[in-house]
Amino acid sequence: MTTSTSGTDSGTGDSEPTAPSLPHRGHWRNVWARFRKRKLAVVSLTIVAIIYLLGILAPVIQTHDYQETNLFKTQHGPDSENWLGTDRLGRDIYTRVVWGIQTTVIITITTFITGSLFLGVTMGLVAGYFRGKIDAVISRIGEVISAFPDILLIILLAATLRPRIVEIARNIEDSTGISGLVSSGIVDYLVIGIALLPLSWFGMMRLVRGQVLALREAEYVEAARAMGTSTPRILFRHILPNVVSPVIVAVSFGIGSIALSEVILSFFGLGVQPPRPSLGVMIGEVTARGNTSVSVLRDHPEQLLAPIAVVWLMIFCWNIIGDALNDVLNPRAR
Amino acid sequence: MLAYILRRLLWTPILLLLAAFFVFFMGTVAPGDPAELQLKNRATPERIEKLREQLGLNDPLPIRYIRFIGNALQGDLGESYTYLGKSVTSLIGPRLWVSVQLNIVASVIALTIGLPLGFYAAKRQGTSRDPAIVITMLVLYAMPVFFTAPLLILFFAVQLHWVPAAGWGGMFSTQVILPALTIGIPGAAIFVRHMRASTLEVIGQEYVRTAYSKGMSDFVVNYRHITRNALLPILTLLGFTMAGILGGSLIVELIYGIPGVSRLALDAIFQRDFPVMTAFVLIGAVMLVLANLVIDIAYTIIDPRIRLN
Repeated sequence: MTTSTSGTDSGTGDSEPTAPSLPHRGHWRNVWARFRKRKLAVVSLTIVAIIYLLGILAPVIQTHDYQETNLFKTQHGPDSENWLGTDRLGRDIYTRVVWGIQTTVIITITTFITGSLFLGVTMGLVAGYFRGKIDAVISRIGEVISAFPDILLIILLAATLRPRIVEIARNIEDSTGISGLVSSGIVDYLVIGIALLPLSWFGMMRLVRGQVLALREAEYVEAARAMGTSTPRILFRHILPNVVSPVIVAVSFGIGSIALSEVILSFFGLGVQPPRPSLGVMIGEVTARGNTSVSVLRDHPEQLLAPIAVVWLMIFCWNIIGDALNDVLNPRAR
Repeated sequence: MLAYILRRLLWTPILLLLAAFFVFFMGTVAPGDPAELQLKNRATPERIEKLREQLGLNDPLPIRYIRFIGNALQGDLGESYTYLGKSVTSLIGPRLWVSVQLNIVASVIALTIGLPLGFYAAKRQGTSRDPAIVITMLVLYAMPVFFTAPLLILFFAVQLHWVPAAGWGGMFSTQVILPALTIGIPGAAIFVRHMRASTLEVIGQEYVRTAYSKGMSDFVVNYRHITRNALLPILTLLGFTMAGILGGSLIVELIYGIPGVSRLALDAIFQRDFPVMTAFVLIGAVMLVLANLVIDIAYTIIDPRIRLN
């Protein structure tokens, strides 16, 4: 098990100086210095940053309203008014892509923070540190969940939970007088978030647990225990910082697949609901859920390619970043 | 080792029971009253109540679960709500076979492209070919099937007329080529990644250096010492490929119009046909768990270095 303090490089990709030749200037600065040498990874990080920024700034940089239809200008190619053309209903594709990215950004970030980071890391810490019964229960639950093929479980959860969640939201709307809870898209985010939750925590839990199992026997942890340090303090102050590196790598690999899951769910009509734009909804609408993919690609490629290019770039870039981080942070792991 | 295998064999049925309970529970949480759904517009409160009694829906949850398991063990997963009078097994069976065939061809493609390419990339580490292969495969891996599928059809079927554009004619017909490629290419990318990593791992071992210094030929070292050992970790990956059979080809089957599980699964979702839906998830789980069990046990037998306590 590698902790985050060593600095030898396994040497995949670009060659680079080994750690001793770098001046001593703190772990994370070293990491950044090594990461920066990987040009493709830096480019990927920049692209991801730009895509996410587009999503966050959607309300500012939109050129139209994402619902606004123009029936006199449908299926129109790109021009100066509609930068990426218009769709079947004359809606501006550029605006819808940007809003679609926002949806993806919101969902990936919230799912990751609640599922992977909060649930996964805490469970992993607890299971690895206390072992015994707690570990057995947590690990067995995880095993049951991982017994299901990912996408089927996500689809089943989304399909069964949605009506319940919508019902609850409507009740809240009725009893509190807050309107627009269902139409605002919060319900969609909740459904997707909950559907992705069981899958997002388990991988992280297993990773953290493995690390903690090794770390809890480390001498400095034993020393901390001998001095009477409280358990939460040992967990969060002494063990957690040493688990951060593999967690970062796992997050960068995981974000791409979470984003793709959302796209697939929305493509099938189980995720984000129209009129709210999502990349998956756009792909699903344009191709009539896959039926007209070929004719659309032939006749109006921009309608299909605009949302797909974003998904493609996101998955590719996150994988490149993950690879680079893996080399930089966990030189000998795996 | 024997103890490990025994423990795995004992845990598997428990795991499957728990998984089945989860699926069963989701089915009960699911909206819509099965009796009402079956009666459709003929539903009156009395009829619904009578059918509920007939279907055993008024029994307590544990009893219904036990009945569900008992029936499932006999291959009876209930009746579809939408295709009245049709058992879920008779609906899924033939379609599942189509999907399995498609995925077998896809896996063969993924393995025959992925393994040699991964090995080659590892052997060429340090040259420009290694990153070129890795990055190309990653580009293909990230390419969404929403795009790959129509692109392949446009190019090979519409433009070149090499193969039919869509449809299904069994795993030995030309129609299988494009959909299998669509699933197989991203799969190959995964195999390249892992084969490359595990080959690099083996190349660094001392016994490889020893073999070379004994004067063994490149071919013998490659074949006997490197490939054989590098392939071991790949075995685990095959389990995940099995997992993909029900889920991974959903979109691809839709676009190519293949009569596999996809259409049925999606119709089940939109028509709230929960017996069909839960059966899918359950069958998927059984396939995945059994595949992993077989692979884990095979692993302990093939690799004598593994000594599990």
